[in-house]
Amino acid sequence: MSNLTILAILAAAAVLAYLVGRYRSVQVSNGNTIPTHSRPSYHGAYLAIWTVIPALLLLTVWTAADNPVFEYFTAQQLPAAYHEQSDAQQSLTMNVVESIAEGLPHLTPREDEILRKARYGFVTNDTAREVLSENGVILGSAPEPYVIQAAIYLADLRATARLVLPAVCFLLAAGCFFWAYRNIAPALRARTYVERTMTAGLFAASTVAVLTTVGIVLSVLFETIHFFQLVPPQDYFFGTVWDPRFSAAGSGGSEGQFGLLPLLWGTMYISLVALLVAVPVGLFAAIYMSEYAGPKVRTIAKPLLEILAGIPTIVYGFFALVTFGPFMRDAGAAVGLDISASSVLTAGIVMGVMIIPFVSSLSDDIINAVPNSLREGSYGLGATQSETIKRVILPAALPGIVGAILLAASRAIGETMIVVLAAGIAANLTLNPFEQVTTITVKIVSQLTGDLEFNSPQTLVAFALGLTLFVITLGLNIYALYIVRKYREQYE
Amino acid sequence: MTDQTVGSGGLPGIASAANESSKRLAKRHAAERRFRWYGIAALLFGLGFLVILFTSIIGKGWTAFLQTSAHLEVYFDPKVVNPSGNPADRDELLRANYAKLADEALYKVIGVDPDNRKERRSANKLLSRGVDTQLKDIVMADPSVIGEKRDVWLLAADDVDALLKGSISRDTPEERRALDNQQLGWIDHMVEKGLLEKRFNTGLFVYGASSYPETAGLGVALIGSLFMMMVVILLAVPLAVAAATYLEEFAAKNRISDLIEVNINNLAAVPSIVFGLLGLAIFINFLGLPRSAPIVGGLVLSLMTLPTIIIATRAALKAVPPSIREGALGVGASKHQVIMHHVLPLALPGILTGTIIGLVQALGETAPLLMIGMVAFVADYPSTPMDPATALPVQIYMWATAAERGFIERTAGATMVLLAFLIVMNSLAVYLRHKFERKW
Repeated sequence: MSNLTILAILAAAAVLAYLVGRYRSVQVSNGNTIPTHSRPSYHGAYLAIWTVIPALLLLTVWTAADNPVFEYFTAQQLPAAYHEQSDAQQSLTMNVVESIAEGLPHLTPREDEILRKARYGFVTNDTAREVLSENGVILGSAPEPYVIQAAIYLADLRATARLVLPAVCFLLAAGCFFWAYRNIAPALRARTYVERTMTAGLFAASTVAVLTTVGIVLSVLFETIHFFQLVPPQDYFFGTVWDPRFSAAGSGGSEGQFGLLPLLWGTMYISLVALLVAVPVGLFAAIYMSEYAGPKVRTIAKPLLEILAGIPTIVYGFFALVTFGPFMRDAGAAVGLDISASSVLTAGIVMGVMIIPFVSSLSDDIINAVPNSLREGSYGLGATQSETIKRVILPAALPGIVGAILLAASRAIGETMIVVLAAGIAANLTLNPFEQVTTITVKIVSQLTGDLEFNSPQTLVAFALGLTLFVITLGLNIYALYIVRKYREQYE
Repeated sequence: MTDQTVGSGGLPGIASAANESSKRLAKRHAAERRFRWYGIAALLFGLGFLVILFTSIIGKGWTAFLQTSAHLEVYFDPKVVNPSGNPADRDELLRANYAKLADEALYKVIGVDPDNRKERRSANKLLSRGVDTQLKDIVMADPSVIGEKRDVWLLAADDVDALLKGSISRDTPEERRALDNQQLGWIDHMVEKGLLEKRFNTGLFVYGASSYPETAGLGVALIGSLFMMMVVILLAVPLAVAAATYLEEFAAKNRISDLIEVNINNLAAVPSIVFGLLGLAIFINFLGLPRSAPIVGGLVLSLMTLPTIIIATRAALKAVPPSIREGALGVGASKHQVIMHHVLPLALPGILTGTIIGLVQALGETAPLLMIGMVAFVADYPSTPMDPATALPVQIYMWATAAERGFIERTAGATMVLLAFLIVMNSLAVYLRHKFERKW
C-alpha cells in the first residue's frame, strides 16, 4: 500500500472521527451541550486530531528512516568480503543490490525461481543477469550469488514493510481513537487541546521560512565544501581566469580553471551600469512624484512605473536580445563605435530600467516620511522648492535612499534572466563597456544546464558561485534593511 | 517717479545690487524649472521605456497568432495508408507515409508533374513537416476516411509563413532568398485561388515542443505552469497564511519571533536562482524527486513566494481594527475563535490580493526552473505533476535561444501570452482590492 493511499485513508478517518466525536459529545451530555466545557465540534476535532496525528508522525518518521535502516540490515547480510572493500566499492555493490531489489517485484514467478536458485549456485550468474535485463534491470556484470541473496533479502524486507507499515499505522490510529473516544466527557477541555495543537501547527508553519534559509545555506555549503576539496580556495577566490573545460576531468593538465574574479568583475560592472541608469531616473522620478506632481499624476504614474518591476525578467531579457542589443550595435556602428550586441551597456541599461521602481518606490516613501516642518522651515528662509529638495530634504532622506539603492543593487547582482540572454558568455576582465562580460548568475546557469555529474568541479563550482552570490546579496540586504529601519525610527 | 530716479541714478549701488539679485533670482528660478524638468524627464524615460517594450513585443509577436495554412483536398489513398486493407491494424496506420498524401494533393493544385523529381522536392518544401501528424490524427480519430477525399487545412512551411507575413522580402535576389522564384509563383497561385491563407493559430496553444517553428506550441508549457500554480496554491498559501497568523496574532516578542521575522524579510530578497540551487540539491539530489517535473518546480516556487504572501497577509491582518477583536473577546470567544471566526474572514480580501501577487511572481519566474531541469524538450502532455514538463517563461527562454527565424515571432507571441496572464491576474488583484476595500 503506498503512502498516498495511507494518507487518503487517514484523511477519511479524520472526517469520520470528527463526526463521531461530535455525536458522542452530544450523547454524553444527554443533548444539553450548554454546560459542557467545549462545543461539540471541538470534541469532534479533538477526536480527529488524536486519530490522525500520531499515525501521521509514525508515517513520516518511518518514511524518512526506512531506506537507511534497510540498507544497514542488508549490509549485515553481505559476507566479510564486502566489508573489507573501500567505501566507493561498497556503495557500488549496494547500488547493484538496490537495482536488483527494485527489479525483483516485476519478475514472473518462474523468473523469480531462477533468481532464487542463482543465489545457491544452481543456476549460473549470467542466466540471472539475462533474466534481470529482460525486466529492465541492466547490470554491468553478472551479479555474485551473495549480491542476489542480499537483494532478495532487501526486497523481502521492503515487501514486509509495505504490509507492516499500513497495519501499524491503522492500529495506532484505531488505538488512539478509542482512547480519545473514552475521554470524551462534558468536563473534557477539548477546546484547549485543539487550540494548543493549532498554535503548534501555526508555529511550525512560521518556521518553514527559517528552515528554507537553513536549507539554502546547508545545501549550497556542502557542495561548496566538496568543490573546495577538488579546487583550492585560493584558486577560486583569486583566480583571474575562468575556463572550466567541460572535457574529461582528472587528466592533469586539462583541468579547468575556476577564477571568480572575472565573473565578479562582470557582475559588478553590469550592476554599476544598471545603477547609473536606475539611480538618477528613479530618484528624480521619486522626487517629482512626491514633491511636484499633483495627486492625479501621482495615482497614475506610480503604478505605471511599478509595472516595470512586475514584468518578468525573461521578458526584459528577450527584449534586450532581439530589440535593444541590435539597436545598440547599429547605433554604435552609425557613430563609428564597435558595440557588441551583448555588451555591458546593453545588459546594464535594460537591467537598470528593471530596477528603477526599486529605487523610486522606496525613495518616494522615504521622501514622504521627511517631516513637513523641515520643508516649511526652508521655504520660510526663502529657498525655492528645488533648493529645499537639494539642501534639506535629500540630506535628511539620504540614509534611507542609500538603503533603497543598496536593495536595488542586490537585485541587480542576483538578476539572472536578463544577463543570461543579453550579456555575453565570455569571462573577460575588461573596462570597455562596449565589450562582453559575463556574470556569476550566467555561469551558474551554464554550469548546471545539461547532463549533470555531481562529483565534477565543473558542476560543483555552480554551488560555490551560488554561495558567493548568496553571501553578497545577503550582506547588502541586511545592511540596507538596517539602514532603512534606523532611518524610519529617526522620524517616528 | 521717485522710484525711477532712485533706480536709475540716485543710488547706483542699490540699483546694481537689485539688478544682481533679480538676475540671481532669475537664475534660481531657471534652476528650479530645470530641476522640475529633470523629474518629468525621468518619469517619461521610465514610462517611455515601458511603451517601447510593449510595442516592440506586440509588434514582433502579434503575427504569431496567425499561421499560414494550405487548403487541400486530400485523398486518403488506401494503398498508402492501409495496404493490408484492415483498418483495425493500428500499427500500420501509425506508420503510414501521410506526407505523401498531402504532397500529392499539393501537386494537383499547383500543377507539378509527379515524375519531375526536382520540382517535386521543391514543391514539398511548401508544406510543413507537421502535416504528417495532422493527417495521421485525422485517420486515427476516424479510420472510415480511408479511401475518401476530404478538404483539410494543412500547415504551411515556416518559410511560406514568413513570406506571407512579410518577413521574407521578395526583393532579395533569388540565390539568397529562402524561396526560389518557382516556389513564389506556386504560392501566389495558391493565394489567388484562396487555397493559402493566414488563419488563427490554435497550434500555438496546443502543440508541445518541436524543432519546427510552425508545429511548436505552448501546450506543454501551459499545463506545466498550471500544475506549478496548483502546487503553489495548495502549499504556499496555507503555509504562508498560517505563518502570518502566528507571527501577527500569537508570537510573543522574543528572540525566536525576531529571528523568524528577519528571516522572512531576507528570504524575500534572496536571488531567485539560489532557490533553484536549493531545489536541485534538496528536492532532486537528496529527496530523489524527478528532474523537469512540475512538482519540484512548484515546491521551489512555493518557497520563493512564501515571504511575499506572508508579508501581504500580515498587512491584511494588521488592517483589521482591534475593536473587532475586543468585541469578540468581550462576548466570550477564545483567542482562536476570534481569529478564525472574525479576523481571518475580514482579512480575506487582503490575503487574496497578496496571494495573487505571489502567484504572479511565481508565474513569471524563470531562473530557478532552469536549475531543476525544466529546460527540456517535452513533446507530450504531462498527465501528472511528476511527469516532465516545461513552464511558460522557460518556453520563452528556450525559443529565444533557438536559431530559426520563425521562433522569434513565436517567442514574442509566447511573451504576449505570459504578459496577458499577468495583466489579467494583476487586474483581478486590483479589482478585489477596490471591491472589498473597507474603511473602518
